[in-house]
Amino acid sequence: MPKDDLKTAYRLVGTRPNRPDGLDKVTGRARYGADISAPGMLHAAVVRSPHAHARIIRIDASKALALDGVKAVITRADFPTGLTGEDWNLQENTLAGDVALYDGHAVAAVAATSKLLAQDAARLVEVEYEVLPHVIDVDAAMQPDAPVIRAGTADHSVPEGMHPNVVKYIEFGHGDLEAGFAEADLVRAQSYKTEATHQGYIEPHACLGQMGADGKGEMWVCTQGQWYIRRMCSAVLGTEASQLRVTPSEIGGGFGGKTTIFMEPLALALSRKAGGRPVKLVMSRAEVLRATGPTASASMDVKMGMKVDGTITAASVNFRMQGGAFIGSSPVGEALSCALACYTVPAVFHQGYEVLANRPKAAAYRAPGSPMAAFAVESLLDEMCHELGLDPLAVRLKNAAREGAKASYGPTYNRIGLVETLEATMAHANLKVPLGPNQGRGAAAGFWFNHGGETSVSLAIGEDGTVTVSVGTPDVGGSRASLGMMTAETLGIAYESVRVNIVETGALGVNEPTHGSRATFASGLAAVEAAKQAIAQMCARAAAEWGIDAEAVEWLDGAAVPAGPNAGKFPPMSIAEIGAKMGSTGGPISGHHEVTAGGVGASFGAHVVDVEVDPETGRTTVLRYLVVQDAGRAIHPAYVEGQYQGGAVQGIGWALNEEYVYGADGRLQNAVFLDYRIPVASDLPMIDTVIVEVPNPGHPYGVRGVGETGITPPLPALANAIAAATGVRLRSLPMSPPKVLAAIKANARG
Amino acid sequence: MVEINLWSGLRRFAGDQTVISVSGSTVREILDALVKAHPALLQVIKAGVSVSLNGQIVTNMSTAVDPLDEIYLIQRIKGG
Repeated sequence: MPKDDLKTAYRLVGTRPNRPDGLDKVTGRARYGADISAPGMLHAAVVRSPHAHARIIRIDASKALALDGVKAVITRADFPTGLTGEDWNLQENTLAGDVALYDGHAVAAVAATSKLLAQDAARLVEVEYEVLPHVIDVDAAMQPDAPVIRAGTADHSVPEGMHPNVVKYIEFGHGDLEAGFAEADLVRAQSYKTEATHQGYIEPHACLGQMGADGKGEMWVCTQGQWYIRRMCSAVLGTEASQLRVTPSEIGGGFGGKTTIFMEPLALALSRKAGGRPVKLVMSRAEVLRATGPTASASMDVKMGMKVDGTITAASVNFRMQGGAFIGSSPVGEALSCALACYTVPAVFHQGYEVLANRPKAAAYRAPGSPMAAFAVESLLDEMCHELGLDPLAVRLKNAAREGAKASYGPTYNRIGLVETLEATMAHANLKVPLGPNQGRGAAAGFWFNHGGETSVSLAIGEDGTVTVSVGTPDVGGSRASLGMMTAETLGIAYESVRVNIVETGALGVNEPTHGSRATFASGLAAVEAAKQAIAQMCARAAAEWGIDAEAVEWLDGAAVPAGPNAGKFPPMSIAEIGAKMGSTGGPISGHHEVTAGGVGASFGAHVVDVEVDPETGRTTVLRYLVVQDAGRAIHPAYVEGQYQGGAVQGIGWALNEEYVYGADGRLQNAVFLDYRIPVASDLPMIDTVIVEVPNPGHPYGVRGVGETGITPPLPALANAIAAATGVRLRSLPMSPPKVLAAIKANARG
Repeated sequence: MVEINLWSGLRRFAGDQTVISVSGSTVREILDALVKAHPALLQVIKAGVSVSLNGQIVTNMSTAVDPLDEIYLIQRIKGG
């Protein structure tokens, strides 16, 4: 008996066909953001603040404009005024107004006939600053003597008496916390910190924008969401969304960082000022690190009560996060909601503060907030298990959230797969591998909500019976394959007979970006419904040809067939036959579905890592790494495994090496990949994966999103493994060699 | 009547109540009724909350609600 009520055997779903974008990518034929060019194109360069916090006294572009070939210079004066809320935040982040709020904040932009000329001209733009006091650290930004970054930013939620840099306050919980702690045999409280990290996508932001004086424009851009680009650029520029046509390029990674705008309005504004000539703007890696959204940095307190049998009786968390100088950019709300979501705890209380700091405007990063929360909660849980002599995985299973349980953030869980995930983890062979000297094993669990969202998909039957699917969610992790497979499965045709195109903003209704692990879930759901519409039309065409009622025809293996002996005896009419004559049987056949997708299935995962720590250098080597996660249903298992592995690798980087390093002057010290250390292949073992399938009843094929949960457990899993290997508990990320070595030495000194 | 569970950060805008009963047959109607009963909640709802209906986040304000439904107003969730 399967665990779900859904069909479990499929012709295509669950197989591993070739990826549709594979040949384009290995041959260099795929066109990324910087690959797009246009006749008469200009190139742009951006003038950025060298100060963490500075008033802009004067901008003089006369020397730049005097250069032959410079066609336009823009400042904030070229943008409309009067914006409010997040629109103002976006505009202010695109180009500073009166004050530069972080090192790298754009203050002007130049368009010229060559990239080198634009860069030379940008250096000739004179900006006079009055340097202001700055603050970088989240805890320091809350202190009474901290410089005020933007007075009056705080919203209604902040209690009176807090520093003006505290702009949002959240609290929620349930149960009797004090009674829960009193019931526990062991109560422990600890504090944790994580540094900001960047999504680290391979492809820097790039776009080509063109806009005339009439406000009509086009943009080609690497993005996770072309409609978000359209809406945000239009808001910032004061133009109408429908007049801007945005076409997404192939995308070299986004991980949340390409769900918003950073420099795209500059290309359009420069084009408008340069008489409508197209303007190309490509960020350098240093610009990406200095001026596009990393995730937040966090400072966190956790308190937990546990009985000797491992039952968690109560837990409270207090998180403080900075997401730069703009309200609403930190994921503190998400972090709080994820913190204890893996467990059923009778009494929980969450408090969170969003704090402004002189850093770049944070953007979403893969399960925003959840990795930091997991680092704090899963580290303390591990410490307490060891103190009580309990198996940490068994304790997680004992307290695991189950279907019908109240989530720590309120609602009741529907069908979820954490128990199955933990059981598969505990049964894995990696846990039986003996460990040697200086080696340790650590485990952790993780959670992400997943998301549905606004979705619009169209499908058209071709004259030869092949099928084109138009979707609005850029393919960042294999969605063209999964959508093609689900469409082909539904239509009963070959996977190769379906082409999935990511289309521009004029081709469909509004789609949210590929975010929240939603593309295969939501666009897949819509594609299946669109296919069903096309099937109904094809059955009707066959019925008309046969002279029988449409209800007497059903769809089977890619063809219309009579539904039973009473319908008459007719040979199957294939999709190719129907497509070939559709012009003379009623016209084109298509399907279309649009929905704000519900039925989302929450996602849980568990990771186990073995490490070896060099006691002389503090360097951590990852020996083995296991990811176990509930996919609901893995449409294309190879892509699902890739998501699991990618999430784990980004989490390993966050745990061990990645961090934003600021000098005393508030300037970013490591804005290149040589100094901002992401993991490379030689740092890593093969990441082992296990796909657990507890189908989501809210999706026709049982899909849950799989893109985000994988980054959540690595941070605490590595901390737990390093503690097991060294006897030293690190509560501040990254656990880089100097920090690990210092902790080992401090521990040796007692 | 439909019961709306408020996360505790909202309670101070709703007379310190955790659960509020309102009339309405859609998400829009019950949110309107909630604001009518507790006007201070308007700024919070306008700033952005997620509505959880029987464990699912709903964004379609026309979604029907029933007195037996479990409804929570929770933090607005964004993804990466």
